[in-house]
Amino acid sequence: MLKDVTLGQFLPGDSPVHRLDPRAKILLLIAVIVFIFITGNYASLALVAVFVFAVILSTKISLKMYLKSMKMILFIVLFTGLINLFYGRGEPIFELGFIKITEAGINNAIFVSIRIALLILASSVLTFTTSPTDLTDAIERLLKPLTVFHIKVHEVAMMMTIALRFVPTLLEETDKIMSAQKARGADMDSGNLIKRVKALIPVLIPLFVSAFRRAIDLATAMECRCYRGGNGRTRMKTLHYGKIDLCASIICLLLLTGVILCNIFLPATVR
Amino acid sequence: MNIIETENLSFVYGLGTPFEKKANDKLNIKIEEGEFVGIIGHTGSGKSTLVQMLNGLIKPTSGTVRLNGEDIWASPQDIRKVRFKVGLVFQYPEYQLFEETVEKDIAFGPGNMGLSEAEIKDRVRSAARFAGLKDELLQKSPFDLSGGEKRRAAIAGVIAMDPDVLILDEPTAGLDPAGRDVLLAQIRQYHKERKNTVLLVSHSMEDIARTADRILVMNKGRAAMFDDTKAVFSRGEELEKMGLRVPQVTKIMSRLQNMGYNLPSGILTVEQAANELQALFDKNNF
Repeated sequence: MLKDVTLGQFLPGDSPVHRLDPRAKILLLIAVIVFIFITGNYASLALVAVFVFAVILSTKISLKMYLKSMKMILFIVLFTGLINLFYGRGEPIFELGFIKITEAGINNAIFVSIRIALLILASSVLTFTTSPTDLTDAIERLLKPLTVFHIKVHEVAMMMTIALRFVPTLLEETDKIMSAQKARGADMDSGNLIKRVKALIPVLIPLFVSAFRRAIDLATAMECRCYRGGNGRTRMKTLHYGKIDLCASIICLLLLTGVILCNIFLPATVR
Repeated sequence: MNIIETENLSFVYGLGTPFEKKANDKLNIKIEEGEFVGIIGHTGSGKSTLVQMLNGLIKPTSGTVRLNGEDIWASPQDIRKVRFKVGLVFQYPEYQLFEETVEKDIAFGPGNMGLSEAEIKDRVRSAARFAGLKDELLQKSPFDLSGGEKRRAAIAGVIAMDPDVLILDEPTAGLDPAGRDVLLAQIRQYHKERKNTVLLVSHSMEDIARTADRILVMNKGRAAMFDDTKAVFSRGEELEKMGLRVPQVTKIMSRLQNMGYNLPSGILTVEQAANELQALFDKNNF
């Protein structure tokens, strides 16, 4: 049950996307998200969609995994789509009481749904193909300029790494404690809301206790290895911005040109 | 009368995914009422999966588990009743303690059974006694106890449900030698007094040799052997191939036997060995 969470899961592999520099991946993801939102008509939206699907195929990760990550936010996509349906201006083409549906409303609904779906798919590509450590490494590097404002970027990144690293451990632990309490007759699958929340106490207390225990142990272990924050710390694996990253950047630049050209030369469907 | 009986019991992890892994494969096991059964096997041989299927914590992929002749999954909504009858103490059970006092924590199981206050109090007392917890510890917070005491408190929490079958998954792991001996002695005492069925999963051949009537040897999800303790430990070479071994003292004694000394086979404990050697010395006037 708890193991079915795919959002944010890393799936090791050896595709061109896997080999990209994580910093490049983060920046390009942000760029693609911007492209998704500057698309003004169906032609440019299709262009970005084709690009996202091409990238998905090139990761060599089964489409099933992407569908699974979509499933979790399907409700949000449908809900925002539905809301947008009723907020179009212009001549209504369908009217029933206070409900007015206009052509702009339909276009809005389709656009918003596809945009959110593409957004999730594109972000999934990043998390599926980048290990959590690479990801936090990249974030640390990208945020480095903030040290000017006395923000401890290294410490923040380290905390993120540790938090991510402990997610599977704590999930496993939760599973174990739940089994142990069920073996003592705890009933977690029936009763009303209040009863169910109460049934979680025997799971949450041991979980918190063990989380604190693990945190103390980890802090001791880090101190034993002379960890003292980010000052003067060097890296075993340094990130390199290489040829493949340059290629990816050029492809994205071409995509941007395509989107802008479509927006200029074809009539806009949404503003 | 067989208290537990399994028929073609199988369990597959991650069914239908690329990570599919058979944990148990067509197990047919019969355990008689009142028996003390030891379960040994290499890490990943399927011991933990098996014991969790026996008390209905995981549902078998195929096959059945019968408790007193009845399929435990016949009515899934009543599976909690099975868990009260087959008490399972997990590995490192001290991490499941959560109540304010030890007494309340031990009472969690009986409380879930819906017993009366007086009955619960009774059960907590006797469970604490069986687990060797002193009375003054009952009002303390479980988080203030020592490691060994926490372990006892957690075991008492399961014993308090008064299960017909008590399953312990590595109860002595991580305890010091003295604590381990005392805990094992207490489990034996409990078995002797209550006369119920006990299943002990352990990596320590010495512990198993000292306590079990019969041993189930698990290997790659299958039951490789299920026989009397002596019979199982006389097959040392086969056990070693499965990444297991016989108790050290058994090995020494069989070496001596092979060297031509007149000693009986199947010696499992140091005490037995000492007696036999003493007898040998006396006879030969060494």
